[in-house]
Amino acid sequence: MAHGETVPMPEAPPRRAGGIGPLLRSQMRNIAPFLTLIFLTAFFALASPSFATLDNVGNILTQVSVTGIIAVGLTFVILCAEIDLSIAAIANVTGIAVAFFTMQDSYVNIANLPMPGFAAILLALALCALLGAVNAFGLTVIGIPSFIMTLAMMQIAAGISAMLVRGQIAYKVPPIITTLGSSSIAGIPWIVIVAALMLLLGHLVLTYTRFGRYVYMVGGNREAAEYSGLNVKLILGSVMVISAVCSGIGGMLGVAHFGSAQQNEFDTYLLDSIAAVVVGGTSLFGGRGGIGNTIVGLFVLGVLNNGLDHVNIDSFLKILIRGLILLAALVINVYAQRLRAKAAD
Amino acid sequence: MSDSRRPLLELQDITKSFGGVTALRGVDFTVRPGEIHGLVGENGAGKSTLMKIIAGVHTGFSGRFLLDGREVHFRSVRDARAAGIAMVHQELSVAPDLTVAENVFLGNQPTNALGVVQWRRMAREAAEQLKNLGIDADPMSRLGDLPIGLQQLIEIARVLFSGARIIILDEPTSALSPPEVERLFSTLRKLRDQGTGIIFISHFIEDILLISDEVTVFRNGRKIMETRAAETSKAALIEAMIGKGRDALEDSYTHDITLPAPPLDKPVVVEADGLSLARNLKRVSFAVRAGEVLGIYGFMGCGQLELARILFGKLAPDTGELRVAGERNRFKSTADARRAGIAFVPESRRDMLFLQEPVYKNVSISILDRINAVLLKPARERALAKRQVEQLQIRPADVEIDLGLLSGGNQQKVALAKWLSHPPRLLVLCEPTRGMDVGAKSDVIGIVRKLRDQGIAVIVLSTEPETVLSLADRVIVLKRGEVVREFAGEAISKDRLLEAA
Ligand SMILES: Nc1ncnc2c1ncn2[C@@H]1O[C@H](COP(=O)(O)OP(=O)(O)OP(=O)(O)O)[C@@H](O)[C@H]1O
Ligand SMILES: [Mg+2]
Repeated sequence: MAHGETVPMPEAPPRRAGGIGPLLRSQMRNIAPFLTLIFLTAFFALASPSFATLDNVGNILTQVSVTGIIAVGLTFVILCAEIDLSIAAIANVTGIAVAFFTMQDSYVNIANLPMPGFAAILLALALCALLGAVNAFGLTVIGIPSFIMTLAMMQIAAGISAMLVRGQIAYKVPPIITTLGSSSIAGIPWIVIVAALMLLLGHLVLTYTRFGRYVYMVGGNREAAEYSGLNVKLILGSVMVISAVCSGIGGMLGVAHFGSAQQNEFDTYLLDSIAAVVVGGTSLFGGRGGIGNTIVGLFVLGVLNNGLDHVNIDSFLKILIRGLILLAALVINVYAQRLRAKAAD
Repeated sequence: MSDSRRPLLELQDITKSFGGVTALRGVDFTVRPGEIHGLVGENGAGKSTLMKIIAGVHTGFSGRFLLDGREVHFRSVRDARAAGIAMVHQELSVAPDLTVAENVFLGNQPTNALGVVQWRRMAREAAEQLKNLGIDADPMSRLGDLPIGLQQLIEIARVLFSGARIIILDEPTSALSPPEVERLFSTLRKLRDQGTGIIFISHFIEDILLISDEVTVFRNGRKIMETRAAETSKAALIEAMIGKGRDALEDSYTHDITLPAPPLDKPVVVEADGLSLARNLKRVSFAVRAGEVLGIYGFMGCGQLELARILFGKLAPDTGELRVAGERNRFKSTADARRAGIAFVPESRRDMLFLQEPVYKNVSISILDRINAVLLKPARERALAKRQVEQLQIRPADVEIDLGLLSGGNQQKVALAKWLSHPPRLLVLCEPTRGMDVGAKSDVIGIVRKLRDQGIAVIVLSTEPETVLSLADRVIVLKRGEVVREFAGEAISKDRLLEAA
């Protein structure tokens, strides 16, 4: 291939379009959430003396743990440019299921099926994996958009929850779940450790495995992934199952953490988990972001929720403030995409 | 002579860099009214970059930009539009979810006094305009559902009929078959005669000579030649573009060449038996042997796109079967086809590349499972990608750069590169040289021949007779979904091929 000889190479090109401006713009989706976090932390630390204490840091970590566990799986889904609206409902039904298969105290009026702890846990995990598989089937085989499919699943999971507890409340879960959900080791709550480990595992899978690369590529350009000979349906199906299983684990530990299993217990976790992923900067269009972003997003939400409790404002106003911050994050998310496209110019 | 007239557009000493890559160095460029100005140059020479400056896409550059003799500073594409400049981009930029009619009128739909879009009028006028270009498409159908060539024509139509004074066409004919090119050219001549200034970029030197009044050659970001089209030749242009001694590169296939006898002693790699698909394919049968390049030629819409997708498991045929190495195969996904040893390059770049990912990830995507079952090995990936980048002369030779920053032709090379690290059993290439400069084309021809000689079966599908003729050992012609002619071991030429189609 001789014609290269006639083409004098221009001076050694840099790795990317250089200059600090374009770099900043192309990294906007990582920088903006981080600045938000620093700003919020500084603000609350100044506004309230009780905010920046070691105790409170522990509180924040504990408060974001269940959301964090659920958000691991959701990150995979959003990276593929899909959505899972059934995460909270699946968390709920898995938590209820594990209680349903555990011997309850006699005053609890639920027709349950007590069995050994490990069996209860396995059955509960099987249930959430199965629900995830149904999501996967609807999305990939039938071709129902994930938005609709998981909306239906949200209802189905809520229905199963309702039938299992019939308006009652169960309290007992297998001892290992109780430990992981509500006790500490060396002053660190187990639930924080579990959340950290799951986030780490998610990060390793996304960054260092072939499957992780496929997730990014499918999210980046699904058509191209298909023409590259990737099994796109298998990858999409897998992320739906991963999301459901993460939700299930979050649900079981959550039940232990709250000390009860009942209907509608996890409703706020749907919005919180989506917010954590998106606020962190993972692109809603797929292919950009990751667990690192989700962690920053979790802290932004955690600091915000916790910090608002430390300053003296109207509790109804707090809801509005959270909404506005979420809106701002969405605007940044969408603009980051465009800025990146323009950064090269 | 148009030269005596005042230039419509004058660019003086234009320099443009992207970070450390200088795409243009002190370029002068002039377009006069009533002139078709051909622009040629190898991949990455800076043609598209200059056009994007004219069309207001790139706003940061140095040099003077004069319109009607007055200096202008566009801040956006909109400014350029308002000044009467319209551009057909190299990458298709249509709105696939809108209707054909909406795409034709994008941005200036006819409205009534109340500002309500007049749908009926829009559909009627769109149909009329398209007919001028010989396009027969339902104005109300969704554009994304049409074949890519037709989408390209509709984008061209939008620009041609937008009333612009300066029209830029960046490789507009890459997806068109000869009759459409013909009609496009007669429309361009009409516009020129009305005083429009037209810039026409193409890697088909013959087309450039045929349609242009003036020709400019770029090389490595510099303008190195400008001449009247009537006073130059194909050989001279190619020499200016890529240097001496390469003028025999582009055979024009006007005379007969003889195809080799099929290698009957070699095993059949893939056999299609009576493939039918809705209205697109009717009982198509053929076989490809190891070490053979089968060309499949036909005009746009002849069913070759569908055929290619069946071969790669993206579409399932209604009836008929596909045998790979003698075994009946029903691919349920493209992954099945890849595992069966089939590689595929679709005709549209957008569909096969990850523009936001670095070059090496684009090259390695199809062989990750061969590198390691579970883990990524980025160092191996980079090494493999570097080897391909060198072999295919991809510029800039940097595997870390985002793919989207490469010039169109270089992106096309990456699309081919990703299948070469692990040679497949069957390589299916749709329009493999689309958008490549003459040097790159001949490189691709060399690579395909080498693969063939290693015993790989190759199928080349194209609407360009030259592509098929330069690569194929045997040719079948598709017409409205049917095989109408096979050329094997006999004389063939462009005319014979066109006649059969
Ligand atoms: N946005 C960008 N950022 C960085 N580099 C760029 C960008 N756009 C173009 N380039 C570089 O500028 C050079 C010229 O590219 P350009 O697209 O103008 O080439 P071209 O002549 O149109 O080539 P082709 O025939 O392949 O389309 C190439 O080296 C390309 O990689
Ligand atoms: Mg170009």
